[in-house]
Amino acid sequence: MTAQILEEKSASQSKALAPIVWKFPITYSILALVSLIFFGILGRDGETTFRIATGGDFFAIPDVVVSSTVAGLVLSIILVIMAAAAIYFAIKRVTLAAWFPMVFGILFVVSFLAWAGGGSGGVIPLTTLLAGALALSVPLIFGAMCGLVGERSGIINIAIEGQLLAGAFLAAVVASVVKNPYAGLLAAPIAGALVAVVLTFFAVKYWVNQIIIGVVLNVLVVGLTSFLYSTVLTQNPELWNARQKLPNLPIPLLSDIPILGRVLFDQNILVYIMYVVVIALQIFVFRSKWGLRMRAVGEHPKAADTVGIKVNFTRVRNTLMAGAIAGLGGAFFTVGSGLAFGKEMSAGQGYIALAAMILGKWNPKGALLAALLFGFSKSLGNTLQSIGTPVANELLLMLPYIVTVLAVAGFVGRVRPPAAEGVPYVK
Amino acid sequence: MTKVFGSFVANDHIDLTIEPGEIHALLGENGAGKSTMMNVLYGLYDADGGEILIDGKPVKFSGPGDAVAAGIGMVHQHFMLVPVFTVAESVALGYEPTKSLGLLDLAEARKKVRDISSRFNFNIDPDALIEDLPVGAQQRVEIIKALSRDAEILILDEPTAVLTPQETDELISIMRQLKEQGTSIVFITHKLREVRAIADSITVIRRGKIVGEASPESTEAELASQMVGRNVSLTTEKDTADPGDATFKVRNLTVVDKTENVVVDDVSFDLHRGEILAVAGVQGNGQTELAETIIGLTEPRLGTITLDGKNLVGQSVKSRLGSGIGFVPEDRSTDGIIAEFAIRENMILDVYDRAPYAKGLNLKSAVITEAAKRKVDEFDIRLGSVFDPIATLSGGNQQKVVLSRELGRDLRLFIASQPTRGLDVGSIEFVHKRVIAERDAGTPCLIVSTELDEVYGLADRIAVMYSGRIVGIVGADTSREALGLMMAGVPAEEALAATAGHDDAATAGHDDAATAASETNSATTSAEETK
Repeated sequence: MTAQILEEKSASQSKALAPIVWKFPITYSILALVSLIFFGILGRDGETTFRIATGGDFFAIPDVVVSSTVAGLVLSIILVIMAAAAIYFAIKRVTLAAWFPMVFGILFVVSFLAWAGGGSGGVIPLTTLLAGALALSVPLIFGAMCGLVGERSGIINIAIEGQLLAGAFLAAVVASVVKNPYAGLLAAPIAGALVAVVLTFFAVKYWVNQIIIGVVLNVLVVGLTSFLYSTVLTQNPELWNARQKLPNLPIPLLSDIPILGRVLFDQNILVYIMYVVVIALQIFVFRSKWGLRMRAVGEHPKAADTVGIKVNFTRVRNTLMAGAIAGLGGAFFTVGSGLAFGKEMSAGQGYIALAAMILGKWNPKGALLAALLFGFSKSLGNTLQSIGTPVANELLLMLPYIVTVLAVAGFVGRVRPPAAEGVPYVK
Repeated sequence: MTKVFGSFVANDHIDLTIEPGEIHALLGENGAGKSTMMNVLYGLYDADGGEILIDGKPVKFSGPGDAVAAGIGMVHQHFMLVPVFTVAESVALGYEPTKSLGLLDLAEARKKVRDISSRFNFNIDPDALIEDLPVGAQQRVEIIKALSRDAEILILDEPTAVLTPQETDELISIMRQLKEQGTSIVFITHKLREVRAIADSITVIRRGKIVGEASPESTEAELASQMVGRNVSLTTEKDTADPGDATFKVRNLTVVDKTENVVVDDVSFDLHRGEILAVAGVQGNGQTELAETIIGLTEPRLGTITLDGKNLVGQSVKSRLGSGIGFVPEDRSTDGIIAEFAIRENMILDVYDRAPYAKGLNLKSAVITEAAKRKVDEFDIRLGSVFDPIATLSGGNQQKVVLSRELGRDLRLFIASQPTRGLDVGSIEFVHKRVIAERDAGTPCLIVSTELDEVYGLADRIAVMYSGRIVGIVGADTSREALGLMMAGVPAEEALAATAGHDDAATAGHDDAATAASETNSATTSAEETK
């Protein structure tokens, strides 16, 4: 009887198929055609050099030199085949695996680079491109981890931007005064956590709309740091705002691996801390008592309350910790990069971090990949600017933001934020 | 014990004693203060007076954690389960077995679930996601949760509201098992039949006060009058229907939700003028979506909806209202009214832009007030002034405002979802009378209800929905048991055949004596089954 019901059900359900989702195949097709026409058929004569080696490698890898047109054509044909496959699977209503857009994106970018490097006989420094991508991603990754911990416990944190900036400021000042970059590293989390104190105070105690406080806090931190910069820091930059750089600590052997070893394991301590934070969060959010309670409070606070979990205390504690993480990320702008503090130097990275968190579906791993994507697109823009391409500089500067909008609008699709985020818990 | 919200006394000097190993029913209408009292007992609210004694010793709960430590477990009316957690995670939450570094010991958590689940034959997979489980199973997870913390007193708050009659029987047998093992159970309900089937002792609450004890041997009528405070008729009187043409037709309607689940699955039916078709079924089997699709809040994937020969699919809600559909939504407070708006404004939400209420860009205030006052008299709405926000009214009076609005136009179709949910007995009577009057005026009526009493009270025909499909459309004289089987997905013919032996008494239809008899019949049957 039950079997019969189930059978009928599946028979009738097959009539009500979901409409075919065309947006992905169409996007792939357009990109494949752009690649084929501009990078392949109308490609520029000449050769492109992909440079892998950097000075002081364990062993030197020779440059890869390809003909711009041939590389464009070959890659474009692969892209066209992939686009055709995407159309086929869309008609069959098969959802593509996550590697598909990644491989497609990488091939498209390589095809573009081959074209961009051609003509002028340009050299594409691959290792520099990737190292730049990681460096530009570091604050984004810290910021995204901060947003994730906050929202998983039910507090929306728009103030990541302000926390990054506050962290950058305090790190620079403390490092400069103490004349030790590591002191700045200790101070940065405090700045981020202080911003979070204000956020949670108004959000939890007075139930103020969390998005509004977040935006106000960003403006407040920009105003405060700019004021102190103009009045105090510029008066005596030797004392207050001297450059301090965290030294690179290459990890033996690992850092000698070509390309990735250089990029990943010849870094300062802040980057290594980032690896630890991401891995620890990936484990602890989903597998620990702390993570279970945090997620319960963010999804169904009343259920957590009925088993004796202090909802608001949990939220405040986690959001403060998240603020400290963002503050640490802010330190990368100053002591992490060996720069002095400059007005509004976080430049909207906090908002991009928020986008990375959403694109990563509130998972540390996903947020990491999304932040790396944004960092890479920015690094790509920088590299292209420096080798000189026919594309206008202003357009290249827009690249990371275009990628953000496309990624969040197009590929996020069905995401489910924590059910109780932004809702104050009132008994 | 006393609990006050503002000027409202929810619990007024309540005294209650629960003996070990007994099932104690707390009977009262919605809003009588039963849940408030249990939330105080469970430490969620602080009492404003009185004390709680366990084994003669006074205890003080500063939060649910303390109550749990004292051996009190509670299964809330709205389950306290995180939808995205697994069963094991849900049970572990708050009392997590851990390994080093605070990492969860999920193996231990799973074992605990399996142990309790097998002890009571719950058949629960510890790795299933809560949101994938049917409500009956979610309730068992809640019971596992309470038992895993060694609860000696288990509070069940309206546990049967979301269950099919068969699931209710299962729950009753679980309660008996628990009782045999020495657990005391406090069973909160307003359903008289269940109380008589299971309770050892009964306390009746009305308006925050204890109005008396009752024995399980009392008749339903006695319990009802004690609960309401006056004699009530448990059924609505109505003449037999005189159906006219089938003016409303639904064909092959299929609705898919955001996550591509089919929620209304190939539904077809006709509705005649001058008849009430009640849609019965357990909450969440597609009834809500069916009603919302007819009014146009959701677009169907497939199928047609025709009213007076005109296809409604693809039309806006406004144009559907213009075709003469009246719609009482399921969730009154979020979809039926705008809480901050005045009563008179809530009465014209559907016609605010038309004559005589509007002229050009202006609202004609005097006309609106005049019309509102007329409706207040007609629908017997108890209020201070029509200018007050509607949030100041009781649930029953709010629903009357909604009805006065929706029945205020000339209707070609009337749809009401859970029209009496959360209302007191007096208001229920009133709402039912108005619906029947609308039917007698010739309007086809579609009533969605999960309360079988309401279905029997109103229906001329009954459509039972299960898992998005209409399992069958049967006459109003179908027995409670047959409907119960259909609500669990058994096709109509099989359900009728399976219960043919039992329902002789019920075939006489919905007059008082027969309904009461059939209710007694099913209650005793379930009691026998569980022994």
